[in-house]
Amino acid sequence: MTEQAPLIEVRDIVKHFGSVIALSGVSLKVSTGEVLCLLGDNGAGKSTLIKTLSGCHRPSSGEFLVEGRPVAFSSPRDALDAGIATVYQDLAMIPLMSITRNFFMGREPIRGFGPLKWIDFDLAHAVTRDEMHRIGIDIRDPHQAVGTLSGGERQCVAIARAVYFGAKVLILDEPTSALGVAQTSMVLKYINLVRAKGLGVIFITHNVRHAYAVGDRFTVLNRGKTLGTYAKSGIAMDELQNLMAGGKELQAVSEELGGTV
Amino acid sequence: MTTSTADLAAGASRPTDPAAEARDERLRRVSLVARLMRRPELGAVAGLVLVTVFFGLTANPAMFTLAGVMTVLSPAAQLGILAIAAALLMIGGEFDLSIGSMIAFAGLVFGALIVVGDLPLLAAIVATFLFAGLMGAVNGQIVIRTRLPSFIVTLAFLFILRGLSLVGLKWATGGSTQLRGIGDKAGQGVVRELFSGQALEGLFAWLAQANWIAKFPNGTPTVTGVPVGVLWFLAIAALATYVLLRTRFGNWIFAAGGDPNAARNSGVPVNMVKTTLFVLTACAATLVAILTVLDAGSTDARRGFQKEFEAIIAAVIGGCLLTGGYGSAIGAFFGAIIFGMVSIGLTYTSFDSDWFQVFLGGMLLLAVLFNNFIRRKATGER
Repeated sequence: MTEQAPLIEVRDIVKHFGSVIALSGVSLKVSTGEVLCLLGDNGAGKSTLIKTLSGCHRPSSGEFLVEGRPVAFSSPRDALDAGIATVYQDLAMIPLMSITRNFFMGREPIRGFGPLKWIDFDLAHAVTRDEMHRIGIDIRDPHQAVGTLSGGERQCVAIARAVYFGAKVLILDEPTSALGVAQTSMVLKYINLVRAKGLGVIFITHNVRHAYAVGDRFTVLNRGKTLGTYAKSGIAMDELQNLMAGGKELQAVSEELGGTV
Repeated sequence: MTTSTADLAAGASRPTDPAAEARDERLRRVSLVARLMRRPELGAVAGLVLVTVFFGLTANPAMFTLAGVMTVLSPAAQLGILAIAAALLMIGGEFDLSIGSMIAFAGLVFGALIVVGDLPLLAAIVATFLFAGLMGAVNGQIVIRTRLPSFIVTLAFLFILRGLSLVGLKWATGGSTQLRGIGDKAGQGVVRELFSGQALEGLFAWLAQANWIAKFPNGTPTVTGVPVGVLWFLAIAALATYVLLRTRFGNWIFAAGGDPNAARNSGVPVNMVKTTLFVLTACAATLVAILTVLDAGSTDARRGFQKEFEAIIAAVIGGCLLTGGYGSAIGAFFGAIIFGMVSIGLTYTSFDSDWFQVFLGGMLLLAVLFNNFIRRKATGER
């Protein structure tokens, strides 16, 4: 981490929307082969931070460095070109379109010349089938609609797409929030695989259990501020949970319910 | 997941590995019915078969002669050109209710340029298309910038353009709602032949000579050619299907209609796609206007009346979902032919042709129910 500039580093990012201060000084960094978990309860500013990192919003002030160089993205396209791919909660997948069409949406492989250009579907289907197979999803047919896939599979397709198109940093916006146990483990396993390939991952969640399963470091957000960043060795799971929920209150409830929260 | 890591280690980057081949083998066992069900145009093809059987049983056999087919194809072609453009726009997630009025307005612009403006035919055609494209772009930009439903924006233009057509006609003719003399002033020539009359006359004469088609005792065929509108219809259907299914722009149309935000996040220029589609529907209306005005030799304020609804009905029968993101151009092609068959076919039967609208509404309802069912099948609807 010290010898090489982090993939993404932000320092004291501030974002206002009119009179609302959505972010009031957030700092984080993520390096290659590392999963940074961004934890925070509702309203902590997670979504605003992601949208800032992915180029949807411009920060009102603060530093934003990609591989050590300051950047100012004006659109999601700029962020994509810089190797920052965001997998949104709503997945950026279109249920009625085929897996292949979704996989290559916006970046279709083209053959032919001049006005006579067509999509190279042979290549597209083969790549899709191959990439899906690689992450252990057995698709019967790349023509099938994405709507027929399970939530976990869709999430994996979205991640696979980002990886295939050369992302260096993956921002995953609550990828496990709507998934069952088996599906969640599928996604977490895949995050592990992506880290092993040397990508940096920013994993946004409010589920400490999921975060602790794959995270290397944890940044906790509360009310638009960073409460702190902790290495996995430096913090236990329940400490993290308390920190994220703002401490005492939750602990009281948790004791009331017999420690099940 | 266990195989995936092994594959990763082996660096399986070859596009087709044995496992993929094996899965292809398994695919053969997916029933033909299930695969057909996934095609959006299935409903339209089924409808066409149904309608053909119906008229085969009830109509005068003259309907199924070459001459009968041509009388069916003529109105089908005019509607089909609109329906295919409307289908692309619907797949792209928008409506255009102004296409019917656009026909009247483009007809007026075209007629006025020729009769009042004394422009040569080619110049008038080019100018009318440019003007219509501009109107389409205005429609599109209003929808995109205000984020209002296109239904409402184009409903406004339905009335604005219809009204302007009336105002303009009275201005151009000095008080009449019909502008005459366009056909005479347009003159003859290659350009005229592209947009009016019949084509392939040589082929039909040759076919008659070879006794392939019916002919009069003097040797001229009973059907002398194909109306040019029908050829435009076929060409546009083929081109639209190719663009939709095989090109990058086609993929963007599906994406823009399926989920504009997801499409934008993936780098699809959604606004450009939608604006282009609005321009295309306006140009389709203009093509129909030029074809019909040149054939009739005049234009009037009621030209294209209610065509917007007929085009949308044909597109829906062809498998387009009202919510966008799903549908087909070839489906709209069949939808338009069904439309033509029913409207013309009833005159070949003993039924009163007043039943046309009942039939049409029934078809529409059936098609929507069927499409809904198919979509649930296609996506598994979890």
